[in-house]
Amino acid sequence: MDLRETEAEQQFRAEARDWLEEHVPHGLPSGDTKEGFALHLEWEKALFDARYAVVSWPEQYGGRGASVWEWIAFEEEYYRAGGPQRVTQNGIFLLAPTIFEFGSQEQQDTLLPRMASAQDLWCQGWSEPGSGSDLASLKSRADKVDGGWKLSGQKTWTTRGAFCTHLFGLFRTDPESERHHGLTYFLLPLDTPGVTVRGFARLDGDEGFAEVFLDDAFVPDSAVLGEVGKGWSVAMATTGSERGLTLRSPGRYTATVDRLLEVAADRDPDDSEVQRLAQAWMDAEAYRLFTLQQVTNERAGRGRAGESSLNKLFWSELDIRLHELALDLLGPDAELEGPWSKGFQFSLSGPIYAGTNEVQRNIVSERLLGLPRK
Amino acid sequence: MYFGLPDDAVALKEGLRDVLATACTPTTIRAAWDGDPCEQLWKMLGEFGVPGLLVSEENGGLGLDELGFVAALEELGYAGVPGPVVETLISLAIAPLPMDGSARVAVQALNGPTPHAAVSTHVLDLSGTLYELTNGADEVTETVDRSRQLATFEGEPLDIDLSDDDVALFERRGALGTAALLLGLARRQLDLTVDYVRTRKQFGVQIGSFQAIKHPLADAVVGTEFAWPVVLRAAQAIIDRDDEADLYVSMAKALASDAAYRMSRVCLQAHGAMGYTVEYDLHLFAKRTWALSKDWGTASDHRELVAEHLGIRSDV
Repeated sequence: MDLRETEAEQQFRAEARDWLEEHVPHGLPSGDTKEGFALHLEWEKALFDARYAVVSWPEQYGGRGASVWEWIAFEEEYYRAGGPQRVTQNGIFLLAPTIFEFGSQEQQDTLLPRMASAQDLWCQGWSEPGSGSDLASLKSRADKVDGGWKLSGQKTWTTRGAFCTHLFGLFRTDPESERHHGLTYFLLPLDTPGVTVRGFARLDGDEGFAEVFLDDAFVPDSAVLGEVGKGWSVAMATTGSERGLTLRSPGRYTATVDRLLEVAADRDPDDSEVQRLAQAWMDAEAYRLFTLQQVTNERAGRGRAGESSLNKLFWSELDIRLHELALDLLGPDAELEGPWSKGFQFSLSGPIYAGTNEVQRNIVSERLLGLPRK
Repeated sequence: MYFGLPDDAVALKEGLRDVLATACTPTTIRAAWDGDPCEQLWKMLGEFGVPGLLVSEENGGLGLDELGFVAALEELGYAGVPGPVVETLISLAIAPLPMDGSARVAVQALNGPTPHAAVSTHVLDLSGTLYELTNGADEVTETVDRSRQLATFEGEPLDIDLSDDDVALFERRGALGTAALLLGLARRQLDLTVDYVRTRKQFGVQIGSFQAIKHPLADAVVGTEFAWPVVLRAAQAIIDRDDEADLYVSMAKALASDAAYRMSRVCLQAHGAMGYTVEYDLHLFAKRTWALSKDWGTASDHRELVAEHLGIRSDV
């Protein structure tokens, strides 16, 4: 056990803290509205110019080559300073790790710098009207034509689809195939002829969702990420990132708990609220410690299949408990529009997106415990 | 940064797992329920160095730290080793007693009879007296987990010198070790249950294929999986003489108590009526879990301590 940060890590953290304290914008409107999104992009560009947009990436793509420990430290400092949720997250945290693993050199060289600098903004095209938890039943297809593919079908629940410029998604390339066979992972600009995007409102009223219609939209062969027909395993790498560490670093929750304690300090929590406050603090800290153990194990080659589902179950349920407690403390003020009511509504999506928690419980019991699928 | 057990603790844990699989079976635990002090088992633990695990090498112990301590106790919990396990390990660290497994030390309860006193050789009173027991149990109060019978005792008192720091460390180790033991008990109940639901068939299929079985088990696993790193962090905090050692120990005990209790509840339910009989082994581990989740401070007690530490305790 060695919990110390190296001198280099301490210095990295201190520099990040100073910069963030000075530059983090406060009071930004939601990034899931048109006006808010534009303001968030300015912040993303400021992060990129300071080389804080994608700290863990290699320098040539705009990062700092930071270790995973430094990345965790950066995230802690980011949320401690009150940094807003990253509107670029689906690109930099979900797609990028997949491009690093499966992308060609050319894809890496062309896509990653534009993603880091928030010139290209990526959204995810997985769910379809008939395929949610049962993603492998998806019907959107790609038909082979000269020099590329023609995509057709409908994707939905695409987060920030109305504001993004690019889509990554799964399409069926083998019309004879079933389930998770014969799928291919495609990367395409949303202004491709034949693509139509319609934004619609989430539970909180913001236009954070979109449905994407594809009508014989042509993309070149270079739009394929990984191998043709192997899209499912490429996609599973993305879901590992989505459920686990890269999307939901512990700093988010420890920072939320700090703010929760501030709410409590202004009020007079009763005994049961005191117990719940203590539990909230412990849970956020437990998530942080679990993460440190997980990174240690993964680096030592002891990672476990399905482990990111444990993360996802834990952080999504925790996030709701933190916000429920804040609303209880706020009492009648809980109904007012504000960061806690907004955050509460967003937290309710946690057990739904990135694979519902019901799916995660199946994964934990089948892959970690070895229970029978059927 | 390295978050995990050191190699020596891992080796000890794996070694214990192997020997306990045959040295401590449910038959052993059932014998303890009938009043057997399980001297053979304790002798074997003595050969392994477990009782003197925290005692320095100069003084004949293994000289391991709290990480080795929680590693060993998690395995002892898994095996369900009967007797005052945690109490003996932490008492031998401060009292000069044999480390070959011949000494089993109970800790004097604050008021009334003492758990394990009937099968122990010594009782430690934290005000600074060690009793060498001269006869068996005087008066036994039955407990739900019969291996933990409370008893009054008679013995030869021996003064030992305990500083405030000794007592504070003793209490930290007691709560921490119990947390580790609880997570071992939880893992055992989970294994029994996974085996059962993969074998048991109803409606023509293995009941483990039902989401009604899978999902509560998955949630219980989340609880125990997130408690273990906190146990490790608390162990390291004690090793480092960290100012936050009490905070982390309270976290560990609160999370482990709740997680292990939750696991016992879910495992019992997954067994259906099969779990609801003393003829099946699950109850041996469940009942220990119920007792230990309240011993060395309940989850609520420890949350209260965490709240005090964080300055969020409401003024009464």
